[in-house]
Amino acid sequence: MAEQTTDVPFRILPRVGPRNAHYWQGGRDGELRFQRCDACKYFIHPPGVLCPKCHSKDLSVEAVSGRAEVLTYSVNHQPWMPGLEPPFVLAIVRCVEQDDLRVTTNIVNCAPDDVTFGMPVQVTFEAHVDDEVWIPLFEPVTENVGKDVS
Amino acid sequence: MSEATDLLGERRALISGAGQSEIGRRLHRDPLELTLDACLAAIEDAGLTTDDIDGISTYPGGMESPIGFSGAGVTDVHDALRLNLNWWTGALELPSQLGSVIDACLAVSAGLAKHVLCFRSVFEGSAQGSGGRAAVMPGGGGGSYRASGFMEWLLPYSAPSAATWIAMMANRHFYEYGTTREQLAQIALNARKNAALNPNGIYRDPMSMDDYLNARMISYPFCLFDCDVPCDGGTAVIVSRVDTAADLRKQPIQVEAVGTALRGRPSWDQFDDLTTMAVRDAGPQLWGRTELKPSDVQLAEMYDGFSFITMAWLEAMGFCGKGESGPFVEGGQRIALDGELPLNTNGGQLSSGRLHGYGFIHEACVQLWGEAGDRQVPGDPEVGVACAGGGPMAGALLLTRRR
Repeated sequence: MAEQTTDVPFRILPRVGPRNAHYWQGGRDGELRFQRCDACKYFIHPPGVLCPKCHSKDLSVEAVSGRAEVLTYSVNHQPWMPGLEPPFVLAIVRCVEQDDLRVTTNIVNCAPDDVTFGMPVQVTFEAHVDDEVWIPLFEPVTENVGKDVS
Repeated sequence: MSEATDLLGERRALISGAGQSEIGRRLHRDPLELTLDACLAAIEDAGLTTDDIDGISTYPGGMESPIGFSGAGVTDVHDALRLNLNWWTGALELPSQLGSVIDACLAVSAGLAKHVLCFRSVFEGSAQGSGGRAAVMPGGGGGSYRASGFMEWLLPYSAPSAATWIAMMANRHFYEYGTTREQLAQIALNARKNAALNPNGIYRDPMSMDDYLNARMISYPFCLFDCDVPCDGGTAVIVSRVDTAADLRKQPIQVEAVGTALRGRPSWDQFDDLTTMAVRDAGPQLWGRTELKPSDVQLAEMYDGFSFITMAWLEAMGFCGKGESGPFVEGGQRIALDGELPLNTNGGQLSSGRLHGYGFIHEACVQLWGEAGDRQVPGDPEVGVACAGGGPMAGALLLTRRR
């Protein structure tokens, strides 16, 4: 993942702390990471302090493949704030690893009109290096996938 | 009915009065004054005095930020009217704005109070219009601001408004059920028609389907007219214990049943079914607490912060099947004032202002009292619903005129 310090749009960045650093800084290593229960292997998002399924407090952080599908989306036209140039796509995507492991994101590297329901996508990161935040974004799956997802 | 009637606290609650302040797009009046105007109007409407009020319940309580979201808190009203209280609450984490009215029902039912003043006031119109606040910019923007809480997962994606979050649900509904913009438009067109008959409406000029379809897009499938209108104003209702009926000025309204459930994840984007929201659970819960049926309802006042929320409420409350709200509202006749289910009869928040939940219960009461003037639902209606909230918040009340 090439780091970049220029041409990065303005975004309101998250307040990063011990509980969520894996999500917002995993992109430094090109990895989409989630909290996962050691006991029952359930992925937990947003992160918490115990597993909502089995209540174990033995939680780890694990990288997933970065593959996902578009559950729903909206093409946004309203310039709510400085930053992304409308129209842009806001979407909820489901990671292939677990049915209810989903995140809200932007679909990038794709014309807004080309986004579809169920479209396979893969993670890509927008580096805000000075702020130590790597925003997970998603783009259409390409033939030339950057990492092994097998 | 799945619950024993004598266990249903809401049955011991009445709505005895309702009041509103002046309402406008940008009034630039003191929001506490608007709040108190509404409160005093409601107290007078019930035939009570401030000496009779022994409870307060409000949403969201006093809040400085975002400016305009709260016109007054419990303490402001308590002190301004020198009330003597037995019970009070002001809170944000509730089953919608109307959760505060439901709390009042439970307080009178529990014997903690006899007459609870419930209110909600806003001055978002003035706050946004004067440059003091953008429509959406939690924390006021600024380079050092960092998103936290549930906004941590949305703000970094340039999604600061519920318009964008609910648009995703609407789009999924379009995809799964074939719902169209022309169907969704009926929520906005119906609201505008009703606002034209409401002297307190904000946008009263006629709107055509072409006007709607040509309006600027906000977040597909929502155009400008799918989004409610920030305004200034206060609304209040009085919740009274059932044994005070003889002391009241007019025939009170019976709270027949309420719905407050939230059984999916409490989240805008993690809720299991992306074609609906918390309303899905609150609706059926309400019908489990009464022998009345959806077909008994003669008017529906349902939250329209964004048009699609009303569609989701129509389905959740059983007025049509899951996924069938599009065909249900198609053409608009069914939801018109003279239709089988008159909807948002005062113009809703889309055309009569974002009074934030309380406008719906106010209008339901006014209609059941037969006081709605030019927009009065014909046929002397006796049963109505008031529903508020979208996303992970939903609260509903089934109201009947007491005989």
